Amino acid sequence: MVLIEIHIGIAEYGVTKAPYKLATLGLGSCVGVCLFDRTVLVAGMAHIMLPDSTSFKAATKPAKFADLGVPLLVRDMERLGARASRVQAKLAGGAQMFMSNDKSSVLNIGQRNVGAVKAALSGFGIRILSEDVGGSVGRTIIFDSRTGELSIRSLGKGTKVI
Amino acid sequence: MQISSQELDVLQEIGNIGVGNAATALANLLQEKIDISVPQARFVSLEETIGIVGSIESAVVCVTLRVEGDIKATVLFIFSEEGAFQLIDLLTGMDPGSTAVIDEMGRSVAMEIGNILTGSFLGAIGELTGMRLTPSVPYLAHDMLGAILPTALAEFGYNDDQVLMIQTTFTRNTGDAIHSKFVLLPDVMSLKQLFLSLGMEQ
Repeated sequence: MVLIEIHIGIAEYGVTKAPYKLATLGLGSCVGVCLFDRTVLVAGMAHIMLPDSTSFKAATKPAKFADLGVPLLVRDMERLGARASRVQAKLAGGAQMFMSNDKSSVLNIGQRNVGAVKAALSGFGIRILSEDVGGSVGRTIIFDSRTGELSIRSLGKGTKVI
Repeated sequence: MQISSQELDVLQEIGNIGVGNAATALANLLQEKIDISVPQARFVSLEETIGIVGSIESAVVCVTLRVEGDIKATVLFIFSEEGAFQLIDLLTGMDPGSTAVIDEMGRSVAMEIGNILTGSFLGAIGELTGMRLTPSVPYLAHDMLGAILPTALAEFGYNDDQVLMIQTTFTRNTGDAIHSKFVLLPDVMSLKQLFLSLGMEQ
C-alpha cells in the first residue's frame, strides 16, 4: 500500500489522485479547504490565509486568498479528471487563536476566512459535506484521496475524522 | 520600500538596545540572570518565520502586542509550554512543577510579562530615537507554534510573502536552560520615519 503524504505549505495548494494523501500542519486562523471527486478519486487541498485578494496588487501566492485559491484548486482538479459538478468539500481551521482581557479587542480573522471560503465554494455550487471550523485550537489535517476522509489532530485533543 | 544591508544593521543595533532593556526588566522581575543572543534582522518567508523559532507542531505560549505610533510593528514573545509553566510558577510563588495548564491567573501573568518587556523594549527605542511608540493590550495564544505565528501575521496585516523579522533568544540559566524567543516584526513602510530620525538618507 502506498502511503505518501503530500505536504501543503502556508498559502499553498495541491491536488492529487488516489492513493496519495494531502496534509497541512498547524492551521490556526488559516482554513484548510479539502475538495474531493469521489467518482475519479481526485483530491485537492489549499491552505488559505486571508479572505480576499482584491486590495492587494501583486498576489504572487494566489492560494493565500480564499477568492483566488478555491478557483485554482477546482481548475487543477479538473485537469486530473474531476468535474466541479461532482466535487464536494470538507473544511477545517479558521480558529480564533489570540485572546485578550479587553473584550473590545477581538482578533478573529479566522471567522472571515471561513466565510470567504464558503462564498467561493458556493460560487462553484460545491456542497460542504462536513466541517470542523472556529473554536480556539490549532489543527493539523490529513486528507485521504482514496476515501475522502479528513483526519484532524489538535494538541491535547487527539485525532478525529470527519 | 527597499531596505539596505546598512539599514538592516541599524535595525539590529536598535533592536539590541531595546532587547537589552527588556532582558534587564525580566532579570529584575525574576531576580535571576538572563542571557540574550545578538538580534538578527532579515527578510524571511512565512515558513521561515516558524522554522527560526521552532517546529510547527511544538506547543508554545505566545504573547503578542501591536505597536502603533511613529513606527508600526508587532512584538511577539514565544515561550515553550514548559518554559511558560515554569515562569508562571516562579512569578506566582508556587512550587516548581505546579502549573500544568494556563488558567486565568496564568494568562494574566503571561500577559503582564508581555506588557512589562514590551514597555521596556519600546522605552529604550523611544529614548534613542525620540519616536512615539504605543503598545496595544496584550493578546495570548497557547497552541501549536505553526498555528499561532501565521495567525499573528494574518491578523496584523502582513500580507507580503516576505516578512522583516528581528529576533533574539532569551535564556534563563537556572537549572536547565530555558530559551524563549523575542520577535519584532516592523511594518516596513513605517521604517522610513525611523531612518530619517536617525539622519540616514533615503
